[in-house]
Amino acid sequence: MSENKGIIVYSEKHDLLLEILGKGREIADKLQKELAAVLIGYGVQGKANELIKHGADKVFLIDNHALTSFQIEPYLNVLHSLATKYKPETVLIGSTRNGKPLAARLATRLQTGCIPDCNRLSVDEEGRLVCERITYGGTAIAKITFKTKPQIATIPPRTFEKPQPKERNGQIINFDVKIETPKTEIVETKPLEVSAVRIEDADVIVSCGRGLEKKEDIVLLEELAQILNGQVGNTRPLAEDRKWFTEWVGLSGHKVKPKLYIACGISGVIQHVAGIRDAKLIVAINKDENAPIFEVADYGVVGNLYEILPALKEALKKQLQ
Amino acid sequence: MNRIIVCLKQAIDVSQLKVDPATRQLITAGAAKKISDFDKNALEEAIRIKEKIGNIEILTVTVTAEDAKTVLREALAMGADKAYMVNDPSFKDIDTLGTAYILAETIKKIGNFDLILCGETSLDSFSGLVSSRLAELLGLPQITSVRKISVEGDAVSAERALEDSIETVKAKTPALIAVTREINQPRIPSLMMIMKASKKEIITWTAADLNLPREKLDMKIEVKEVLAPKTERKRVKITGESAQEIAERLVKALMEEGVIGR
Ligand SMILES: Cc1cc2nc3c(=O)[nH]c(=O)nc-3n(C[C@H](O)[C@H](O)[C@H](O)COP(=O)(O)OP(=O)(O)OC[C@H]3O[C@@H](n4cnc5c(N)ncnc54)[C@H](O)[C@@H]3O)c2cc1C
Repeated sequence: MSENKGIIVYSEKHDLLLEILGKGREIADKLQKELAAVLIGYGVQGKANELIKHGADKVFLIDNHALTSFQIEPYLNVLHSLATKYKPETVLIGSTRNGKPLAARLATRLQTGCIPDCNRLSVDEEGRLVCERITYGGTAIAKITFKTKPQIATIPPRTFEKPQPKERNGQIINFDVKIETPKTEIVETKPLEVSAVRIEDADVIVSCGRGLEKKEDIVLLEELAQILNGQVGNTRPLAEDRKWFTEWVGLSGHKVKPKLYIACGISGVIQHVAGIRDAKLIVAINKDENAPIFEVADYGVVGNLYEILPALKEALKKQLQ
Repeated sequence: MNRIIVCLKQAIDVSQLKVDPATRQLITAGAAKKISDFDKNALEEAIRIKEKIGNIEILTVTVTAEDAKTVLREALAMGADKAYMVNDPSFKDIDTLGTAYILAETIKKIGNFDLILCGETSLDSFSGLVSSRLAELLGLPQITSVRKISVEGDAVSAERALEDSIETVKAKTPALIAVTREINQPRIPSLMMIMKASKKEIITWTAADLNLPREKLDMKIEVKEVLAPKTERKRVKITGESAQEIAERLVKALMEEGVIGR
């Protein structure tokens, strides 16, 4: 790879790594470069073949007991050694709570630029990576490129489709590196219940905001979601302040792309809207006719959700059943 | 624990940011500024640690191309002891590496500290890179995505909120911690606190005071454009005599759009 400065992709989350491999393959083909995936951990060699099937020409395998769980210093040290030896032109890293600091520190150690949370990637006339990301709290989309190499970008989960696996040829390279000792100690890890349903995959999302008065009222949305074969979503205050949910839709939450998004009692603050921009059709139900959500909705209903939602349920039943 | 340094960004208040509808350009000139929300959580946490342990000096550090004194007065009113403002018009064109470099040089010049607290990301650019870059430049133990901190002698223990787990991590001080907005609810300073703060000091340094070589601040990235997204929504209001009528009209419209039904 030292001749053909290629693309290196890494994420400590396997699914995310596969998603990034798909996009990485596309860019590598366009630039006629090599695509390498990095696999770090302990007892992980079994996953290498899957990475090749999903588009990697090479897999750098760093399998070591000291790398059993993610810790920033040893993982950073591995990536930095790889980057120093193979001099990739581009490094794509999964934008997770661990991946982002990793990318930022790698970029600092290599004295280069880092563009975080990219929603779109393309290549310009000079072969530079051009990244699009949401900025100013959702008010704008920035197109940014790099002046230095390697170009380091981070990619949030579910931004790109996981590619179809294919039988292909690839090389697995055991990369030998001295492991740096971590500067922090993990005392305890408590797994969280994460729902298996991915709101990014939903075709229809019925979403609620602070206009919903009581937790029990979520059932109004659930009933609609069930009829429409969809899922229930929500704004951040319902998770953060009221603790009715653990996740939310928006700039700092999930970015969704359903065919239909029904916003009920949601004001349409820019940070929420940033997460639903790719919805095909947006319906807003809000009792305040001046609510900003109507500016970004295809169909708006000015009214009380407690009257509209039951009526909508009946109308849908009549029409669909 | 003797000294906590809090990194504060003066950010554009994005909720008040206006867009020129003709060009889709943001109107940033004269836009309202405030302490970036996440950094305010970091400052609040520093004050709570001080209230618990006592006898800690809280310093804030701000890197800015424009004057930030008004905003820093608020930080002092909340409970910071002293504010450092590194202000130079040349900082208009710096990226996250440049910012982290200036922060690192400023902190080195200030001297000893036990803890650096940062917000996980910033309200306006939302990059979330600076705290990690700073930890790297200063070679500090770093704990990110933190929603709870406890100080235990010369160590800190912190709870990290990850995607699928909660991790408790320990580090020896000096260390750097980046906090999420969940960690606390920042206080609103009373009139008394605001008056008391008027006697507190804001120290202003320039690039020259820190001997910053310009090439260290060169941009590693190039911003090609920043534009408000096009909103091509239909914006049709559905009205009717009753909820039932509205609902039926809405369902009809959705059927015609092909987003529901078979
Ligand atoms: C840095 C940052 C990141 C953020 N990220 C996100 C994010 O990712 N996602 C997110 O959602 N938020 C995010 N927020 C919060 C965001 O700014 C808003 O506070 C939030 O989206 C507002 O939620 P809401 O619409 O539910 O509540 P509100 O703004 O309070 O709106 C409630 C709406 O309900 C309407 N209503 C009330 N009663 C009824 C009724 N009976 N029938 C019909 N309508 C009714 C009201 O007219 C009002 O418009 C972020 C904030 C910051 C600062």
